[in-house]
Amino acid sequence: MSDDGQARVRVAITGMGLVTPIGTGVDAVWESLTQGRSGIGTITQFDASEYPTQIAAEVRDFDPELYMDRKTARHVARYCRLGLAAARMALADSGLKPEEMGPDDVGVVVSSGAGGMEEIERGHQVLIDRGIGRISPFMVPMMITDIASGLIAIELRCGGPNYAVVSACASSGHALGDAAEVIRRGDAVAMIAGGAEAAITPLLMGAFCQLGAMSRRNDDPAGSSRPFDLSRDGFIMGEGSVIMVLEEMEHARARGARIWAELLGCGSTADMYHFTAPDPRGNGAARAMQKVMRKAGLVAEDIDYVNAHGTSTPLGDLAETLAIKQALGDRATHIPVSSTKSMSGHLLGAAGALEAAACVLAIAKDMVPPTINLELPDPDCDLDYVPNQARPARIDVALSNSFGFGGHNACLALGRVAA
Amino acid sequence: MSEPSINDAPGASLDFAEMQKLAADILGVDPDRVQMEVSFAKDLAADSLDIVELIMAIEDRYHVSLPEEKLEHMKKVGDLWEFLLTASDAP
Repeated sequence: MSDDGQARVRVAITGMGLVTPIGTGVDAVWESLTQGRSGIGTITQFDASEYPTQIAAEVRDFDPELYMDRKTARHVARYCRLGLAAARMALADSGLKPEEMGPDDVGVVVSSGAGGMEEIERGHQVLIDRGIGRISPFMVPMMITDIASGLIAIELRCGGPNYAVVSACASSGHALGDAAEVIRRGDAVAMIAGGAEAAITPLLMGAFCQLGAMSRRNDDPAGSSRPFDLSRDGFIMGEGSVIMVLEEMEHARARGARIWAELLGCGSTADMYHFTAPDPRGNGAARAMQKVMRKAGLVAEDIDYVNAHGTSTPLGDLAETLAIKQALGDRATHIPVSSTKSMSGHLLGAAGALEAAACVLAIAKDMVPPTINLELPDPDCDLDYVPNQARPARIDVALSNSFGFGGHNACLALGRVAA
Repeated sequence: MSEPSINDAPGASLDFAEMQKLAADILGVDPDRVQMEVSFAKDLAADSLDIVELIMAIEDRYHVSLPEEKLEHMKKVGDLWEFLLTASDAP
């Protein structure tokens, strides 16, 4: 499958862990995705009643002590608590046992866009109100965006390559893509990779409101994220963590692991256009899609499904539609394209991993999740977005788009593995 | 919980069981394990960050202040208790 004639190391996905606004664990998330269930509601984590946007996709009823001791839970930020929970789930799902392998056989690349945002805000308030002497000694490890990877390595005994990749809302797409490359270049046998985000905080919500990027459909939370619909008015902030176990294919086969799918590669480009706005022609995104196809030896006719970045912003959904057409040509109008953010909200640095998981499950279960709230399609967004109802279909290869502020683009290709 | 009335009866009103519980919460251990002769590091797996956090909580709770140079002398639960008795006796 390589265009350079050399045998490429293949990367299997052998485990998935999900803690999301639409459920915890593979089964619950898949049920929500196929039933068209929204995870969006009025914000409960702080009083948002004065905010232009008062809704978000929160992880509800999360008990960190199911996944870590109380002291650890208290000394890490929420994004890390969610991340460690998802990592434990993914590892259990894979059956891999890092503690029985070589110390650097398993690495971790878990990303976050914002890191320990709520701890930064709390710590700053303490500084203002009570002075330097009352800042928590745990402030630094709680706030930094790389610490989920460190925490997971400590708790799960994974001593291989360990870092985070940060590219805003493309972070976990890049994390999965880079982790696969770590395996391909022989630096690890397996990688725990994905994203974790928990940034529904007073400051960040306020900042995104000021940016004018979020939906203000406060009286209709379930209908607020409506990618490709004519009345879409912005994205919905989400939180959660989705983590996968990536594993060298032959290693996975040798131990008889269940192989969910193959991570065929990642196409990564920059828009070179604007801090926050997408290139209106979708050029950077199109190049990312073309790049991953080229790297994985795929042509447009091989692509059966695109899970769109589709955040429900007026500019973004239109630019992505143009990008998909540019990258896939005629094929773009013959395949399903859906945005699962219509249900999950936008998990920022964990979005790419959640949507990669949606692609993996579409492949495994022969079913395409819908774009909900697509009632009056934008005439300029004219692809088949799988409106409102999941659709049975055989998917052999899927693309998952993730784009981030800064003009970062990551497109993952995921493929069926013959039994 | 009400604040201990250390100003009215210096030292005497301090409740060891209450400090035990406070330390146990911070260190994530059972309160029964927080005993006078117990070492924070060796017996309760407390690192330097945990100790700083514990001292901050003690300072807040009892309105006392531990000078930074005394931090390294806080090896055992008894050291902390002694400091608390002395500090709350101070005028």
